[in-house]
Amino acid sequence: MIEVRELTKSYGTTVAVDQVSFDAHAGEVLGFLGPNGAGKTTTMRILTCYLSADAGSATVAGHDVFEESVEVRKQIGYLPESAPLYADMGVIEYLNFMTQVRHIPKSQRKERTRAVIDICGLEDVIQKDIGELSKGYRQRVGLAQSLIHDPPILILDEPTSGLDPSQIIEIRNLIKNIGQEKLVLFSTHILPEVSATCSRILIINNGKIVANGTPEELSSQAEGEEIVHIAIRGSQEAIEAELNELEFVSQWNHVDTDDGIVGYQIHAAQDSNAAEALFHAVVKNGWSLTELRQESVDLEDVFLNLTDDEQAQ
Amino acid sequence: MTNIAAIFKKEFRSYFNSPIAYIFITFFLGISAWLFFRSFFLLNQAEMRDFFGLMPWIFLFFIPAVTMKLWAEEKKLGTVEILMTLPIRDYEVVIGKFLASFALLTVTVLLSLVLPLSVIYLGDPDGGTLITGYVGLLLMGAAYIAVGFFASTLTENQIVSFIFGITACFVLLIIGEDIVLFNAPNWLSPIFSYLGLGAHYSSILRGVLDSRDIIYYLSLIGFFLYLSTLSVESRKWR
Repeated sequence: MIEVRELTKSYGTTVAVDQVSFDAHAGEVLGFLGPNGAGKTTTMRILTCYLSADAGSATVAGHDVFEESVEVRKQIGYLPESAPLYADMGVIEYLNFMTQVRHIPKSQRKERTRAVIDICGLEDVIQKDIGELSKGYRQRVGLAQSLIHDPPILILDEPTSGLDPSQIIEIRNLIKNIGQEKLVLFSTHILPEVSATCSRILIINNGKIVANGTPEELSSQAEGEEIVHIAIRGSQEAIEAELNELEFVSQWNHVDTDDGIVGYQIHAAQDSNAAEALFHAVVKNGWSLTELRQESVDLEDVFLNLTDDEQAQ
Repeated sequence: MTNIAAIFKKEFRSYFNSPIAYIFITFFLGISAWLFFRSFFLLNQAEMRDFFGLMPWIFLFFIPAVTMKLWAEEKKLGTVEILMTLPIRDYEVVIGKFLASFALLTVTVLLSLVLPLSVIYLGDPDGGTLITGYVGLLLMGAAYIAVGFFASTLTENQIVSFIFGITACFVLLIIGEDIVLFNAPNWLSPIFSYLGLGAHYSSILRGVLDSRDIIYYLSLIGFFLYLSTLSVESRKWR
């Protein structure tokens, strides 16, 4: 539903978005991940027709964002960063305004307003002015606004920033639910958020897409080796001599020694069943094993690797 | 059309959700009542010449105050991002917002009609000049609004927008005044005299509703609204 080809946008001499290309389809929750200032917001602003790109093309639901921007905007529900809303309007008044400018037929306006109030849990605040609301509720009103015309595409810029943990979980569940039939594109710089919510992740850094795949794919991409934590009661020299002997161990680091228990972080070749082999080695030497734990390479490593590399270049 | 109506309603209500509308109406009515009753009691005349004569200068301060927030506030709060990603064309937003300011002006100006109507039995005000005076007032006010409106699209700071607005309106007003025309080079003075806001207004005040004056005001309004649309669109320029 969204096709982006070599999109480029710069502000002065700073290139905010640099030849970004990706596709997204209905039923996907696409997480836009990247450090602050990576170009997430700019990309979203181009897709929602708020800004235009310097070069490249983008089509949303078959319409070009530059040529048929009004058609594109009809297909999208957009929540900008930090949910900017009119503080002097009442919640209901604001949602009514949105039903009008979103061309919802008069007969369905009540029903749609009701629906988004239920979805976003606004029941308690419908009598209030937006200016009186807490950050969390304001965010929800912003979300309600973006959902009111039941758009096939939802674009949310940092929808969970500034919310408390329980609200974050609510919003994530909401995004997951919506993402089952629609396309949700949302940005964040919080890592656990994407692995919890997204069916696909785009990691963007310095305006470039540095990774694109499912959370699992990205994790396995970074897995070149297994990392095992082990703590053994025994003589340190003997253990280290043994570690040097073992073929599958590519690198080991002494972590700590505590009461005669020596801890190591061991990097082993992929698929070498390092944990099992280490266990046998410990048994063979008559040491006792107090801890053995395989560390999974998670998104955080992927993210740090990719964004660090990019900066180093 | 529904888009313009929706924007209009939102903006017009927002004036009354904030103190701006009430302050504007109160001050305007206060000043007009004072000007009116001064000539009524002191000079024993039921007429509004003073009132109309001073209006270009009073509007100079009031109207930029009414228009300053129209875009500056939206930009400051970021609400412009939601507004401009709605399926609405930029010019529809411009027209809707302009009409809302104009409606506030119209309501205020019409409320001041209470003054001449209250004394219509006592004196014998000239109905003709009264009507043309009010038409002129609205046209001039609308021109000021268009200028202040454009000023508001240029910045996200309301104070800056206010000062830009006053300055631009002042320049437009002053270039048609005698003091400038006398000192301007010969080839410039007819242009200045045509462009000046005041000259067209005073000819309307005399009771002559000339089509040239009306065309002048309408084209001035159109020109500044066009500039405003360009200015709003400039975020998308490549």
